[in-house]
Amino acid sequence: MLDKNGIAKRIAQEVEDGYYVNLGIGIPTLVANYVRDDISVEFQSENGILGMGPFPIEGEEDADLINAGKQTITALPGASYFDSATSFAMIRGKHVDLTILGAMEVSENGDIANWKIPGKMVKGMGGAMDLVASAENIIVAMMHTNRAGESKLLKRCSLPLTGVGCVKKIVTNLAVLEVTEDGFLLLERAPGVTVEDIKAATEGNLIVKGDILEMNV
Amino acid sequence: MIRKTVTNVTDALAGVQDGMTFMLGGFGLCGIPENAISELVRLGVKDITCISNNAGVDDFGLGLLLHQHQIKKMVSSYVGENDEFERQMLSGELEVELTPQGTLAEKCRAAQAGFPAFFTPAGYGTEVAEGKEVREFDGKMYILEEAFKADFAFVKAWKGDAAGNLIFKGTARNFNPCMCGAATITVAEVEELVPEGELDPNQIHIPGIFVQRIFQGKDYEKRIEQRTVRQK
Repeated sequence: MLDKNGIAKRIAQEVEDGYYVNLGIGIPTLVANYVRDDISVEFQSENGILGMGPFPIEGEEDADLINAGKQTITALPGASYFDSATSFAMIRGKHVDLTILGAMEVSENGDIANWKIPGKMVKGMGGAMDLVASAENIIVAMMHTNRAGESKLLKRCSLPLTGVGCVKKIVTNLAVLEVTEDGFLLLERAPGVTVEDIKAATEGNLIVKGDILEMNV
Repeated sequence: MIRKTVTNVTDALAGVQDGMTFMLGGFGLCGIPENAISELVRLGVKDITCISNNAGVDDFGLGLLLHQHQIKKMVSSYVGENDEFERQMLSGELEVELTPQGTLAEKCRAAQAGFPAFFTPAGYGTEVAEGKEVREFDGKMYILEEAFKADFAFVKAWKGDAAGNLIFKGTARNFNPCMCGAATITVAEVEELVPEGELDPNQIHIPGIFVQRIFQGKDYEKRIEQRTVRQK
């Protein structure tokens, strides 16, 4: 089974040379730590920076330089700043190659819910609705089950939706899955996790074809 | 040159009244118009609608206006990090219109650019689309979103001049440029009001035509919400 860093490490393998990548808050932010250093990648943060670098060294924090999670960051050589409308022109206009975000629920037809629990938690969608509505390459990073042990990979989402039919790939602590017309196609299993474990933790339709290899992380 | 300079924040906010709709720049606490917010608190205007990506934190930014119950309605994309906000929202004291962030930015830009509305795919098939016109273009579904209408836009820039030209710094730019010229009156506060002719016209982010009043801001706190550092 993977921890959050393990999930980020596996997703980092999906990042290719020349990609502009938008990372959501939470596990997705960790992906930047594991991208191969022999490829050229630029991270976009929706609050207005391309070419986002690591956190600053203590004492060099700049209140005018933050990421979408409001954390202090740095800018790498070649970086640029822009306004919010331009930022979402990059996203809506499909100029960003890969979007990685977290989710509370994903359904077998690729719907995603991650912004609201009615009556309990309403933080808002931030940029998530714009991202999932436009991005062609979306990977969801999340735990396979919630804190109560219930599956987050469902037939139908129970929470208010963020977007419909948009998720292509999911990386969880248990597996890598692709969203297909017939449901969740199991691609890889996490180290030490069996296909039966994944079946038991998946409420939506799980498709298992042939031998399922263990992830290389 | 048409001069936009006013001497202080009080003159800059002349005409502000109860029940008005304000746009406020900033992302989190980054690039917020601190001086304008303080003045709104001092004036005590009530029943206002605030269009702002976030709602500040409990004791800073728009949180200051929330604490005094001056805000009737918030239009935002993300409102976490603020307990008082959550309390007022869940109790029904505060009306909240959650809007996807890109849509929020574009509703500002549409108002700035004279577009009454636009189609976006963001929110299609979700609660956000309820009651909105839906249309298909090239096999994809879009919803119609209308431009904002606001009385004042309060923005914060790094440098500005008497003509109202503005330059922003880092990610403190965010929603500020989109809100310039998107309300009846745009008020810009700047960290540094420079003499005319000092700003290079090639480097200006927002031309002064989008700004009605500009003033030298003071006492910027520029609070950091999530101080995150790495080891050397």
